[in-house]
Amino acid sequence: MSEVYKSMSISNPHPPFEDGIQKAMAAVAGVGLLILILATIGIDSVSTPLNLALSIALMSIGTLGFAYRAFRIKPAGIKNNGVMFSSTMSRGVIGWIAGIVITGFYVVLYWYEGLLGLGANGAANTGLVGFFDPLAMAIKGTPASQWFVYGTLYTVAILIFGVRFIWRYRHNRYQVIRTLSVMGFQLFFAYLIPEILESLNGDYAAKWFDKDMKNMWPLDYDMFDAWHINNMSTTGILGWGFLIFSLMMIFVVSPFLTYKYGKRWYCSWVCGCGGLAETAGDSFRHLSDKSMKAWKIERWMIHSVLVFVTIMTIAVVYGYLGDGSQYYITRTMFTIIVVAVLIMVAGAFYHFMNKRKDAQKDLQKIIMGIAAVIGVILLINFLTGSGNAFFIDNYSIKKWYGFFIGAAFSGVVGVGFYPLMGSRVWCRFGCPMAAILGLQQKLFSRFRITTNGSQCISCGNCSTYCEMGIDVRSYAQKGQNIVRASCVGCGVCAAVCPRGVLKLENGSTDVFEKTIDIRNNHVQMDTV
Amino acid sequence: MNIVIIGNGISGISTARWLRKLSDHKITVISSESDHFYSRTALMYIYMGHMRYKDTKPYEDYFWEKNRINLVNDHVEGVDYQNKTLSLKKGKTLQYDKLVLALGSKSNKFGWPGQDLNRVTGLYNLQDLEKIESFSEGLNRAVIVGGGLIGIELAEMFHSRHIPVTMFVREASFWDAVLPIEESQMITRHILKNGIDLRLGTNLKEIVDDGNGNACAAVAAESGEKVDCGYVGLTAGVSPNVGWLKESGLEINRGIVVNDKLETNQSDVYAIGDCAEQANPLPGRRGVEAIWYTGRMMGETCAYNICGHDVSYDPGIWFNSAKFIDIEYQVYGEVLAKPKEHHKALYWEHEDGEKSVRILYDVNDQSIVGFNLMGIRFRHEVCEKWLREKTNVKEVIANLTMANFDPEFYKKYEEDIAKSFSSQCDLSFSNPKKSNLDRVLSFLKA
Ligand SMILES: Cc1cc2nc3c(=O)[nH]c(=O)nc-3n(C[C@H](O)[C@H](O)[C@H](O)COP(=O)(O)OP(=O)(O)OC[C@H]3O[C@@H](n4cnc5c(N)ncnc54)[C@H](O)[C@@H]3O)c2cc1C
Ligand code: SF4
Ligand code: SF4
Repeated sequence: MSEVYKSMSISNPHPPFEDGIQKAMAAVAGVGLLILILATIGIDSVSTPLNLALSIALMSIGTLGFAYRAFRIKPAGIKNNGVMFSSTMSRGVIGWIAGIVITGFYVVLYWYEGLLGLGANGAANTGLVGFFDPLAMAIKGTPASQWFVYGTLYTVAILIFGVRFIWRYRHNRYQVIRTLSVMGFQLFFAYLIPEILESLNGDYAAKWFDKDMKNMWPLDYDMFDAWHINNMSTTGILGWGFLIFSLMMIFVVSPFLTYKYGKRWYCSWVCGCGGLAETAGDSFRHLSDKSMKAWKIERWMIHSVLVFVTIMTIAVVYGYLGDGSQYYITRTMFTIIVVAVLIMVAGAFYHFMNKRKDAQKDLQKIIMGIAAVIGVILLINFLTGSGNAFFIDNYSIKKWYGFFIGAAFSGVVGVGFYPLMGSRVWCRFGCPMAAILGLQQKLFSRFRITTNGSQCISCGNCSTYCEMGIDVRSYAQKGQNIVRASCVGCGVCAAVCPRGVLKLENGSTDVFEKTIDIRNNHVQMDTV
Repeated sequence: MNIVIIGNGISGISTARWLRKLSDHKITVISSESDHFYSRTALMYIYMGHMRYKDTKPYEDYFWEKNRINLVNDHVEGVDYQNKTLSLKKGKTLQYDKLVLALGSKSNKFGWPGQDLNRVTGLYNLQDLEKIESFSEGLNRAVIVGGGLIGIELAEMFHSRHIPVTMFVREASFWDAVLPIEESQMITRHILKNGIDLRLGTNLKEIVDDGNGNACAAVAAESGEKVDCGYVGLTAGVSPNVGWLKESGLEINRGIVVNDKLETNQSDVYAIGDCAEQANPLPGRRGVEAIWYTGRMMGETCAYNICGHDVSYDPGIWFNSAKFIDIEYQVYGEVLAKPKEHHKALYWEHEDGEKSVRILYDVNDQSIVGFNLMGIRFRHEVCEKWLREKTNVKEVIANLTMANFDPEFYKKYEEDIAKSFSSQCDLSFSNPKKSNLDRVLSFLKA
């Protein structure tokens, strides 16, 4: 009798965990990876251009084939089935192994590049870096470096996992368009254009400066280093163009876009760190800690990094400015300009926030933070009168920042801990850029996530899948809009909500009252 | 004052929270289901692996102590209204000054032979979920009896684990007692498309015992067909969980009968949420409304009344929402399966057959009476305002873009909708105006 229903039992013919085709696809990707590993450990016969192409192709085909089976063949819709049972996605054995392996890769990349085969003192590259030489020659006409290898793999990862993400959320146009955007920015602005520009820069080729247009201070913390400024200002129109463009981005374009659309324009549409988190990190977004405690730690950490990087940058600039003979401005002039700018920023915050009862505490903290920065700057100016901000050499401070924050935090922990703490560890706890944009978003942006009246059923999907660890539900169930400094506007909370409660949107008429309505207060006090 | 609440679901917890906001009274919440409040609506997501149990708890565990809300995990077995005491299963008795009954529902069983066998459950609480989990290993097929909102959730749960599902549904089309026929057919198609073996017009005759007290098949009444299975889910609705209070002197009809202040016939005893029945429901409303939102509103109203503010329970304009596998559903206002005589329904369906907008208006004065949405999100406050103000349907259509709540960049269909509606009645609708959040906000403020 049950024969009759056989055809129905193909209801969902694909077992929850990997089916045969998926296993085969994983094997294909594995072969691609194996080729890479063989080249890394120096098996010369493997290290041919054809094999490089083969390796990348196999890894792409395998991963995409796997994802196709996982998402594309199922009806469109939210399919987080089994996420909490998966070893990879729920800190199981595979998750831990993945975390350790990726972390290890970053450690080698940052501090033991020799192991990857980077030729020391002009020697020819071997190993993994040597494996990528033909590609580097083709794109920019010079041999590869470990950073070229990294950039290539990074870009490939964003592209492959970007396609996976698009399949997964193909019913949701916001997600599709946003993902195409991060894929495009990574491929063109972070990878191809800078590499090609570098090769076009002919005579100035030796004078490197960061040509990734979307990488701005303070994420790009050495933007204002002497060598960087020098290289920009002495490499003709391209260098000057970048210098001016960078300054415009920091002070004009980015606050304006954040006002218009929230920090999402950068964090989940443009940024490379965000791009990797949204694509390769997508399977791990639910691992972010949603507790109140984590939120507290987050605010302390990220704002401390911001204050620190600001002081450090100012100190570095101060350190190389002299009496005016070498640069257009002197140290004293610089101090005055910086203090004036900071006072203006503080004034602007005061102007915007003083009217808002809900923002008094934030306002106090911000003003205190800025006052502290000003204090330190004045101390540097009057006490040390030299480039030694903390009575130690500024460049060694910067070196340590580069080590702890720039490398250890943003790379090793930021990506290595995806399978352990979620995909946005760096963005949430460490990124000074996110801190600045977050303050702007909280204080004067038109952006908010609207809660749809009283429709929330407190199920918790939104909070669970918020990669920034925001307890979205705690607002939604009150019927309050969500306005949080850390929200990167990925829109996944709105996508996973089974009741259509959340909508990311912008509006200018209520910028300072976005959170006042609590729609689920059913009994109005004044009617009592 | 010493206030005791039985039941830590949305109703009881809403009361507790509002009591704390409004007062300094002693608050105790008793439940035998779980230590902490969790979201019953998220049960399916635990089984499907979207969330863990702890992710379904709306408040972190420290919340209760911080707000001085005492939690007791125990089962209340008796109430003495004269001496104001409760007797608990673990042996204790508890005094109260005010008692709130927020007991919830239980799954219906209609006396089917075999309904109490092992491997037969409803889907209502964590204990049900635990059992379902334990039956799932190697399960060859699940039969689900009853096609309401919980039935389809249970079907989706098994579906997510690739366990074949057969549904016995009494109606001729899925949930057509509530949904108008077009929407009902859409959902029927969607269920079939997902490969669920949906048997419409089918009642359960009996559940077959395998000889060891386990269910091993379900028999359909109409065809006599026996469907082999390793589990039977009973999801033919819920009813108030009041059995144990029947002889206690409390007035009980279907649920515990309450007045508009949510007071029962016993002094200082209130009843709220799924277990309560309004003695005089407001026009267009039912006496028992077992949904999340009404539970929340009753909980809040009850807290005000306990604290001496006189507040009548008024749930306002009806709204609800659900999700049928991948199709989201929202309703605002009065949308019945068969419209009332003086109500006219306008219906637009997308060519993909998975999105629709239905708008009802009163033919006498052209005022708007309801919205029914499938696969498209509408803005609650805008719909509510139109409904409250009995806005003319022409004005509603002209401003339909203000109601749209779909994510940014989604395709907009208002023009199609207006055109299609114009062809269905003798009103001619103008093209909907463009809209943005600022327009919506100024409309809501006006
Ligand atoms: C699977 C499922 C999905 C649902 N989805 C939706 C939805 O999407 N939207 C919607 O609006 N509604 C939905 N509902 C309905 C909604 O969950 C209920 O209306 C709501 O939870 C009722 O809340 P309550 O507080 O009245 O009762 P409950 O949540 O049932 O809480 C009552 C509690 O009291 C306890 N209790 C009862 N008697 C005793 C006693 N004697 N001693 C100790 N403890 C006792 C029970 O164990 C229970 O924990 C759904 C229901 C289910 C089962
Ligand atoms: S709140 Fe929503 S949009 Fe913002 S980061 Fe979290 S999931 Fe993304
Ligand atoms: S906003 Fe949506 S996802 Fe979040 S708790 Fe409410 S209903 Fe669930």
